[in-house]
Amino acid sequence: MATLAAETPNNAAAAAPDAVVVRFAGDSGDGMQLTGGQFTLSTALAGNDLATFPDFPAEIRAPQGTLFGVSAFQINFGSREINTAGDAPDVLVAMNPAALKVNLPSLKPGGLVIIDTGEFTKRNLDKAKYDVSPLDDGSLAKWDVLAFDISALTIEAVKPFGLGNKDALRSKNMWTLGLALWMFDRPRGPIEDWLKAKFKTKPDIANANIAALNAGHAYGETAELSGPLKQLHMPPIHTAPGLYRTITGAEAISLGLVAGAQLAGLKMFFGGYPITPASAILHHLARLKEFGVTTFQAEDEIAAICAAIGASYAGQLGITSSSGPGIALKTEAMGLAIMTELPLVIVNSQRGGPSTGLPTKTEQSDLYQAVYGRNGDAPMPVVSCNSPGDAFECAIEACRIAVQYMTPVMLLTDGYIANAAEPWMVPDPDSFAPFPAKFLTEKNALNADGSETLLPYKRDAKGARPWIKPGTPGLMHRIGGIEKQVDTGHIDYAPDNHQAMTDARVNKVLDIAVPDQEVALGGTSGKLVVVGWGSTYGPIRRAVDNSRRKGLDVSHIHVRHIWPLPKNLGPLLRGFENVLVPEMNTGQFKTVLRDQFLVDATPLTKTSGQPFAITELEAAIGKYFDNIEGNEGGDVAVNETQLPSPEAEV
Amino acid sequence: MNEMTKIETTLKDWETDQEVRWCPGCGDYAILKAVQRTLPQLGCDPSNTVFISGIGCSSRFPYYMETYGFHTIHGRAPAVATGVKLANPDLDIWLVTGDGDGLSIGGNHMMHVLRRNVNMQIMLFNNEIYGLTKGQASPTSREGTKSPSTPLGSYDHPARPCAFALGAGARFVARGFDVSKNLPDVLKAAHAHQGAAFIEIFQNCIVYNKDVFDDFAAPKGAGDRQLWLEQGQPMLFGDPKTGLDKGIALDTEALALKVVDVVDGDWQSAGVLVHDVTNRAVAHMLVEMPFGPFPMALGVLYDDPRPTFEEGVIEERGRSVAGKDVNLARLLAKGQTWTVEASEGHPVD
Ligand code: SF4
Repeated sequence: MATLAAETPNNAAAAAPDAVVVRFAGDSGDGMQLTGGQFTLSTALAGNDLATFPDFPAEIRAPQGTLFGVSAFQINFGSREINTAGDAPDVLVAMNPAALKVNLPSLKPGGLVIIDTGEFTKRNLDKAKYDVSPLDDGSLAKWDVLAFDISALTIEAVKPFGLGNKDALRSKNMWTLGLALWMFDRPRGPIEDWLKAKFKTKPDIANANIAALNAGHAYGETAELSGPLKQLHMPPIHTAPGLYRTITGAEAISLGLVAGAQLAGLKMFFGGYPITPASAILHHLARLKEFGVTTFQAEDEIAAICAAIGASYAGQLGITSSSGPGIALKTEAMGLAIMTELPLVIVNSQRGGPSTGLPTKTEQSDLYQAVYGRNGDAPMPVVSCNSPGDAFECAIEACRIAVQYMTPVMLLTDGYIANAAEPWMVPDPDSFAPFPAKFLTEKNALNADGSETLLPYKRDAKGARPWIKPGTPGLMHRIGGIEKQVDTGHIDYAPDNHQAMTDARVNKVLDIAVPDQEVALGGTSGKLVVVGWGSTYGPIRRAVDNSRRKGLDVSHIHVRHIWPLPKNLGPLLRGFENVLVPEMNTGQFKTVLRDQFLVDATPLTKTSGQPFAITELEAAIGKYFDNIEGNEGGDVAVNETQLPSPEAEV
Repeated sequence: MNEMTKIETTLKDWETDQEVRWCPGCGDYAILKAVQRTLPQLGCDPSNTVFISGIGCSSRFPYYMETYGFHTIHGRAPAVATGVKLANPDLDIWLVTGDGDGLSIGGNHMMHVLRRNVNMQIMLFNNEIYGLTKGQASPTSREGTKSPSTPLGSYDHPARPCAFALGAGARFVARGFDVSKNLPDVLKAAHAHQGAAFIEIFQNCIVYNKDVFDDFAAPKGAGDRQLWLEQGQPMLFGDPKTGLDKGIALDTEALALKVVDVVDGDWQSAGVLVHDVTNRAVAHMLVEMPFGPFPMALGVLYDDPRPTFEEGVIEERGRSVAGKDVNLARLLAKGQTWTVEASEGHPVD
């Protein structure tokens, strides 16, 4: 990027960019996720908007120096609205040859690459499958290169603390972070505080890391005088006033579930089983017992959901969470919750592929599983979140539907949202309308002779049956997975009864009140609408925004309520000539839209385990606008006269 | 089971208006009656009692009990019951399962409910066959069992429910059979035990595995074939009419049990063991004691409580809640935060 690696001293004062993408990449043992996390915090504290993308190997300790052991953390930050972690980095920090090899292809031409030459040994080059060192063969000519021995400098910096070389090298990530903080004019104070707290019992380690941080920072100042490095100050984004923090999707879901249980006036029971990337929710909630949370690490996925169903039966809000393959195991129990009409929230942190697939990569390929994936006609509401911050509200929404309609609800998130962080305006819990759960305490019907009786499946106006806690005097009754008789809940296999109960279950879910669909960006009719759901929000929003700035008549609709769909969605889609549905799967939501609304939804699919790049989406959007002069399909020249004013978009 | 206020009920109070749908002559009827007779004697409250079952003939049980009932899915009743108990530890929970439900499809959950020691009574109706699916061999079927799925006779080795339970860490293991007059006493002991109480109940499937337990359960010759264990009493058996002339002793060389003759009632000199329900080593031998050379060990084989799972959960909650700030607004704003001030010239949305 031009301002960081100034071509000539003269253009150092060129207009500063309003956003920068930085990728830290190293061996999985190099602490790149920590570096990224702390850099994120400093970025947030500097008042920039941001989005991150942690990308790490599935192996816990992949062999050192190998290509598949590379761990990376990308952050996009700026003084404008940031919707994605960015397509291509402007700056790449490569801590070893493997990290360089894996990440260099995505670096922007002219971008800056910072390389630790201390790791460019013959052995490491071999492991990264380099015959000749890229430092020597001119293959880096497209980029600005800042190559120096970070390893040696780190060892030098921490010498006074008497650590062995191996321990000393562990501070390399802090040295790098120090340099990055200098590059973007950030204070070191918060990181120092964090290091002191983290190594409270080992002050020597804390001090060594702080020394490395300071040394990296000091190096920046020196290098500025002699090399291609320039300091860049990114002014804060002007955003809504309020209190902010950074939040990951897993945190937001955990907090949203706690809030949801409070709004329902219920204690929460969370049944979980370790699985990537869903475990983070179990870990967060296990530390929130004071909020009436019980966490239960079950013997398997099935027991996790069954225990949650048991807890709901006994009057708490049962919640379970997993990822694709674990959700598949829970399927039969979801049917039980549907049949017994008990509230339950099932969080699905989607990951890539069938079976074990790509545990640490992201995909949106569980939509069929969520909407259709059960035996029998087993309707279940599905809510999907589009970003870490949005996950908070979606978790509350899932709890609301579960409690008000006596039904299991699936909350779809994905590995990307679970791990990614973004700034989040801390909401006021009082701004959410409570939805207190009601328990039946007395018999709810009369017999022909006028005596009181209990009808466990008598429905209210919403179609929901009463919630009756065992232990309530006099309301003994039996429930189960066998077909129930209308009202009484007794076993009943009669044809008319099964028809009536199937209809009741289907209609209850179809009639759930979900908010009308809004248009995220653009008009309510026109040439093209891009319809997304889930974590594609960021790239779609940015791509549609960019396209509109070029004058293209394109809108963005992002659907939260996957099932039931908002009632106005069909008419809304029919107002557009074309409907494009980008998804990180082979076209699942497209099928649902076609089926529900008979619209000609066109799929745009991607299953590489990586999020959509903005450029990919812009190219796809561009293809609908062939009548625009200069458009060869994908590359549209900016038409200044049609540019909407940015303020009008806020 | 929990401390509770005893209430007055009769057998009738525990019966539902639902027509019982087991085959005529099925052993399940006798077990149902034994349970319905026992609960009033214990002073139990139907409003506070929950029967939870899986799938199978035995798992229809909750429909016939005028209590709270949850007929869940195949094998998963222990997991559902664990959630119920953790959500409301005051409930008195009875789990009803079978040999297929509890040891085949649900074996994993059975193991974990026992090792965690969730406070409930677990009745495993062992009829050594899959009844509801029309007679296939089950994990407890004896070798050579001919069934639709094993037409030439089964050749897999049967599981021993009580040995499984003890191995999984159960702290209460008992045995009874459907028509036994002692079954209520076994149920009472299980109910008195704090923790997961495992009861294997041999149950006659009159249709698909008729009278398979007659070798020890038939009234004729029962004295010689049944060893009813009683705390503090010598392990004696035999025809009551002629006197209990046999006993179980320890062969100290082989570290195994053996049958010894008792002459003139002098069991001490014959070395007959006195039953100590807390002796886990002897319990292991009793659950493995092969019928044939030995009588069938019945009654409470082992009973030695230790802290229950829900006690652990409650205790941990107490520790993790102590001194904590319970304010959602403050929780949301936890960690490093920053404030964006309203600035002039920029729209506030
Ligand atoms: S099939 Fe066997 S176990 Fe089932 S009800 Fe009939 S007799 Fe009883």
